[in-house]
Amino acid sequence: MAKIDQGPPDYKKMLPPIIKDNYGKWKYHEIPRPGVLKHVSDSGAELYSVRVGSPRLVSIDFLREICDLADTFCDGYLRFTSRNNVEFLLSDPAKVDPLIASLADKGLPVGGTGASISNIVHTQGWIHCHTPATDASGIVKAVMDDLFEYFGSMKLPAKLRVGLACCLNMCGAAHCSDVAIVGVHRTIPRINDEKVQKGTEIPSLVACCPTGAIRPNPKAKSVTIVEDKCMYCGNCYTMSPGMEIMDGQNDGCAILVGGKVANARSVPSFSRMVIPFLPNNPPRWPEVTDAVRSIVETWASNARQGERMNEWIERIGWEKFFTITGIPFSDKLIDDYIFSRETFRTSAAFKY
Amino acid sequence: MTERKTPQLDELEKGKWPSFVTEMKKAAAKNPASEELLGLLEKSYEEKTGHWKHGGIVGVRGYGGGVIGRYTDVPEEFPHLTEFHTIRVNQPSGWFYDTKALRSICDIWEKHGSGLTNFHGSTGDVILLGTTTEHIQPLFDDLSEAGFDLGGSGSDLRTPSCCVGPARCQNACYDTLEACLNITNEYQDELHRPMWPYKFKIKFSGCANDCTASIARSDCSVIGTWRDTIRIDQDAVKQYVAEGMDIQDRICDKCPTRALKFNPESKELTVIGEDCSRCMHCINLMPKAIQAGKEKGATILLGGKSTIVQSAFMAWVIVPFMKMESENDFEEFKDLMGRIWEWWDENGKSRERIGELIYRVGMGKFLREVGLPPVPQMVFRPRANPYVFWPQDEITK
Repeated sequence: MAKIDQGPPDYKKMLPPIIKDNYGKWKYHEIPRPGVLKHVSDSGAELYSVRVGSPRLVSIDFLREICDLADTFCDGYLRFTSRNNVEFLLSDPAKVDPLIASLADKGLPVGGTGASISNIVHTQGWIHCHTPATDASGIVKAVMDDLFEYFGSMKLPAKLRVGLACCLNMCGAAHCSDVAIVGVHRTIPRINDEKVQKGTEIPSLVACCPTGAIRPNPKAKSVTIVEDKCMYCGNCYTMSPGMEIMDGQNDGCAILVGGKVANARSVPSFSRMVIPFLPNNPPRWPEVTDAVRSIVETWASNARQGERMNEWIERIGWEKFFTITGIPFSDKLIDDYIFSRETFRTSAAFKY
Repeated sequence: MTERKTPQLDELEKGKWPSFVTEMKKAAAKNPASEELLGLLEKSYEEKTGHWKHGGIVGVRGYGGGVIGRYTDVPEEFPHLTEFHTIRVNQPSGWFYDTKALRSICDIWEKHGSGLTNFHGSTGDVILLGTTTEHIQPLFDDLSEAGFDLGGSGSDLRTPSCCVGPARCQNACYDTLEACLNITNEYQDELHRPMWPYKFKIKFSGCANDCTASIARSDCSVIGTWRDTIRIDQDAVKQYVAEGMDIQDRICDKCPTRALKFNPESKELTVIGEDCSRCMHCINLMPKAIQAGKEKGATILLGGKSTIVQSAFMAWVIVPFMKMESENDFEEFKDLMGRIWEWWDENGKSRERIGELIYRVGMGKFLREVGLPPVPQMVFRPRANPYVFWPQDEITK
């Protein structure tokens, strides 16, 4: 019988000696070059971290390869970041350049520090989820190829976080990212009465609809949908296999901007929709990559130093954001969901 | 193995960013399910739609969570994907590994699964992507032997995660790694055996930079802070000035509460301690010159969640300052969690997150019943309407 309830391995057994010795005694850090952090402790000890981009969806061959590198350069220690980058932890500064050369040989990019575009936090998409409106890994690859120069450099006005969620459940922190790509549906679920009867608790299915569009249908022992109340969130399909919502011709992506989680300077903010729909166009999603690049570069050439996306937009005003980016404003962007009132401008102060 | 044609996916092997397709092909060379996954994904790219069905209930003996059942809707075309379940493995605090541990996961997963992984899932777990029902128990037995346990899924305490904390960050205001491990171990039962109205996530961030995005994606967000005043090293400030930093523009003018004053003559930076809201901006820009205060702890925020059902919430303050000390076994925090979970379990509807429950019944009721004092730090501003519920014992009878 396997041991149960033993919990995760103790992190203390996984820390490199230099971290054990200087735990909680770090004094400051600097970024000597993009992708490399130098942490200095009270005792003067220096730890170098080399940050490397990863596709997140990786094979065990990849893991063994980074283990080999960690054995050669870092005495067998490494970590991953909260954006799924890999970090090699070195106590010997002489090994930093050889490690970076080895990484270059293997095509692994060094970067993701400071005023850069770090890795895109993303989800399962068509690889492994049953409710997606778009793929995750494919768009991430297409966008990161397109914006690659910003991963390994620090030439942006501030950091820029891109998040991707493949449906409106928004797994991850897409709802609080500088730029968020979110999979959206645009057609109502197709009700399969037989599947609803077999596998669904109807009251929970009715209750899961945020707009109250689902009504019981006692005659068929199933449900009906009030068509003009449904905004295609797909939560009913999460509850019941009889409410199929995926639609290859009409699913796609929305773009939201201006979210952040840190408290620095301004309070954390939600991302706001600026493009309601772009088509799924695999394998390269050119409409999405163009839209993201255009927003990023407009921000980069207009924002002041240190100004994140939301801070730039709040300073110039949303009306100016749409003018400068050339993105058309439409009725789709005016909120009609819960809490909509707090988004309305209850003031005569604005710009033309 | 027959060579499968994947022209669309092949396109994603080009370009400079590391390719997930290349990773899938490495796994496909050794594993027939991974080989079929390439075909299934190519089919999705052609049809622009997914091909996974609703999961069934699969798991390991003794647990109710940790495994996500997954079945393709085209098993006749991809027989090895008839069952392709995900296993969540609880990561070590801060995602620190030695290569021995990482290699042992690889060996076990090579034996029992597709060879594909996510390092890591958004909540923090190692994701082992794709195995069959009959492999789940033997896989767990081997993982358990190697010192790993499953993470959370379903209506349970999900796997807590934390930022790098004091292991490598000068800003850490409490020991995020130790808190994360201690609390994960304390609540193994709540994590492995779903018993609540819905999921509950805890994330530990060592300071207000919130490098785990806890405020956005955990029901309980524990954000490190301090209660006294930041410490400024004037010699280090002068050094930044000498290196050309425009302190007035980059630091003082960006301070959200205008709590910093710079004297260009003396090159001294001073703070009005009581005005500082501890946003971290000045510390981020001048790490050699400015440090957090000495009286450290955490702010506890509750209710963060994504959109479904009642719109997205960011977590809001319920305890402005709490000591987070391993010496007393994080007792105060655990005591609070116990009260919150009991109240939610008693009052929550099916699939109602804690944030939605509080939104439905009101903060007043929540605070009274969980036993927390109302304080102004809980709101940006007080209510603008006069519709107050008065407890009957507070009115004259």
